[in-house]
Amino acid sequence: MADVFAFAETRAGELRKVAREVVTAARQAADATGGGEVHALLVGAPGIGAHAEPLGRHGADRVVVVEHPALERYSSEVVAATAAAVIRAGGYRAAFFSASAQGRDLAPRVAAALEVSMASDLVAFSFEGDALVGRHPTHTGKVITTVRLAGAPAVATLRPGAVTPAEQPRTPRVESAAPALAPEAARVVVTEVAAKSATRLDLGEAPVIVSGGRGLKEAANFRLLEELADAFGNAAVGATRAVTDDGWRDPSDQIGQTGRVVSPELYLAVGISGAIQHIAGMRTSKTIVAINKDKDAPIFKVADYGIVGDLFEIVPRLTEEIRKVRAER
Amino acid sequence: MRIAVCVKRVPDMELRFSIAPDRKSLDPAGLKYDLSDFDGYALEVALRLVEQRGQGEVVAISLGPDDVQETLRKALSMGATRAVQLKADAVPADGMATARALAAELGEGGYDLILFGRMATDTAHQTVGPMTAQLLGLPCVTAITHLDLADGRGTARRALEGAVETVTFPLPAVLTIDEGIARPRLPSLKGIMAAKKKTVEVKPARLGEARLTIQSMELPPDRPPGRIIGEGPDAVPELVRLLQTEAKVL
Ligand SMILES: Cc1cc2nc3c(=O)[nH]c(=O)nc-3n(C[C@H](O)[C@H](O)[C@H](O)COP(=O)(O)OP(=O)(O)OC[C@H]3O[C@@H](n4cnc5c(N)ncnc54)[C@H](O)[C@@H]3O)c2cc1C
Ligand SMILES: Nc1ncnc2c1ncn2[C@@H]1O[C@H](COP(=O)(O)O)[C@@H](O)[C@H]1O
Repeated sequence: MADVFAFAETRAGELRKVAREVVTAARQAADATGGGEVHALLVGAPGIGAHAEPLGRHGADRVVVVEHPALERYSSEVVAATAAAVIRAGGYRAAFFSASAQGRDLAPRVAAALEVSMASDLVAFSFEGDALVGRHPTHTGKVITTVRLAGAPAVATLRPGAVTPAEQPRTPRVESAAPALAPEAARVVVTEVAAKSATRLDLGEAPVIVSGGRGLKEAANFRLLEELADAFGNAAVGATRAVTDDGWRDPSDQIGQTGRVVSPELYLAVGISGAIQHIAGMRTSKTIVAINKDKDAPIFKVADYGIVGDLFEIVPRLTEEIRKVRAER
Repeated sequence: MRIAVCVKRVPDMELRFSIAPDRKSLDPAGLKYDLSDFDGYALEVALRLVEQRGQGEVVAISLGPDDVQETLRKALSMGATRAVQLKADAVPADGMATARALAAELGEGGYDLILFGRMATDTAHQTVGPMTAQLLGLPCVTAITHLDLADGRGTARRALEGAVETVTFPLPAVLTIDEGIARPRLPSLKGIMAAKKKTVEVKPARLGEARLTIQSMELPPDRPPGRIIGEGPDAVPELVRLLQTEAKVL
């Protein structure tokens, strides 16, 4: 029986959805390896400990809370040193992080500090003897590689959205601890975090993504997609590289091989040709809809449903229909 | 300014892949290889920094068997000053093993900056850069999309989900480079000629034990064929009906 560590990611004082995913995964891992405990780590400004309750709800038995006024913003060095210290002391079977921007930054530092290897961006995992075996989409999503990570702790990042948060309530023991590195000693300092839009969901978290390509003709026409996203109510707006390169949309909206990799419930590709580099970022979406005036556009090969025609006529109609459906509920 | 850039040789991602009979590697037939995309951006960042200052050197480093020399030649023809091959029988699947060998080489180099790609497009670990930084005890900023250097300090920007973070750090430092920061140049004819006269220094890679191994590889299942449900706005009600009743996503 062995315990499992989960890093509970926060930003600006809020618990991120990926934190619940990672705790859920750690609970599954602990149960699969004989029913050990799940220990979660929360780091942030004073008050961050309030998130211990939802972590307990998702299966954490113990929550280590590290609060410091200077930790309002993520500090790679302080958080890595602290996570490494907690993991070293805990003797864990596995240590899970999200493959989010923060987790991808953090986990490799922690693994190196512990002098162990790690597995990245897993979409599924299991334990076989002393090894963690995980599935990892590689080669821009064109290959699924099953990796085998020997030894403990098995450090791994989990692809956001791959684990569905599930409740397994318990009342966790909450303990506070000091950062393992004084925040004043950090050499790398985050001086600003500029949120892009407070109203729109993040691409990694939105159940619906409305994505636009060069077919939109100009930046201002993305308003059509914004309106469609508003009609859904739970949508984010993505883009192709053609569009972000031309400055129509922010580079961080780019979906694809060199942008974000997303798997929403519903992905609407509007005026997007379906280049292989774009498909690499969205092919694991549950349902894909394509709207394109060219019936031979490659996007129709990956789309579950396609409509051939002029997006400038189709999208406003779709927005109207979605509004109706939402209003009926 | 001395800058090291770690570059990896990877298969060209445009091609169709098939899995080899051992079921844990790509069938090499028909594969072409190139510098990993993000490493191209890293190299471009390094070249521009040295050009702007009118002095300094860019050292390209690649770990692997002799075929990585082809990748290093490309780096030289783009303008790298020197190239080092850390020779190994194969490129390890374990990012930590790679990081150990790179750290052993880089620690002795007296570099102001050590650049990596955000990720290698084949293994997609996104770990080698920050692991190497940790092993070297150097400050590290990952996945940066913007960089300014002045007076021995740097300012970088990195994209978070839904936000952009600005980070400051002292040199020497390790950075991993995301797309968008600088379009890589193509090797010029002059560069290709100059590269021919340069030699690639070969050293043994100090890898250590690998604990991450590849158990199997497979191609993802094809998406079931979809269908075109109609033309123009009149097809919209049918789409909405299918999304509700068949896909159940509304
Ligand atoms: C190394 C590398 C990495 C890359 N990484 C990425 C990446 O991460 N993400 C990415 O997206 N791309 C990436 N690309 C670029 C990619 O190859 C394509 O160039 C890009 O995806 C094309 O974008 P698009 O579909 O918007 O434009 P286009 O290919 O120009 O397609 C526009 C589409 O709009 C349709 N259209 C036009 N007008 C209308 C209308 N009125 N109504 C309906 N449809 C209309 C057209 O039929 C066409 O299919 C990468 C390329 C390289 C070389
Ligand atoms: N074999 C290698 N030789 C040199 N650099 C490498 C090698 N493998 C990885 N890297 C560097 O590490 C980065 C991240 O790789 P990875 O962690 O595998 O995604 C790459 O973009 C390269 O800069």
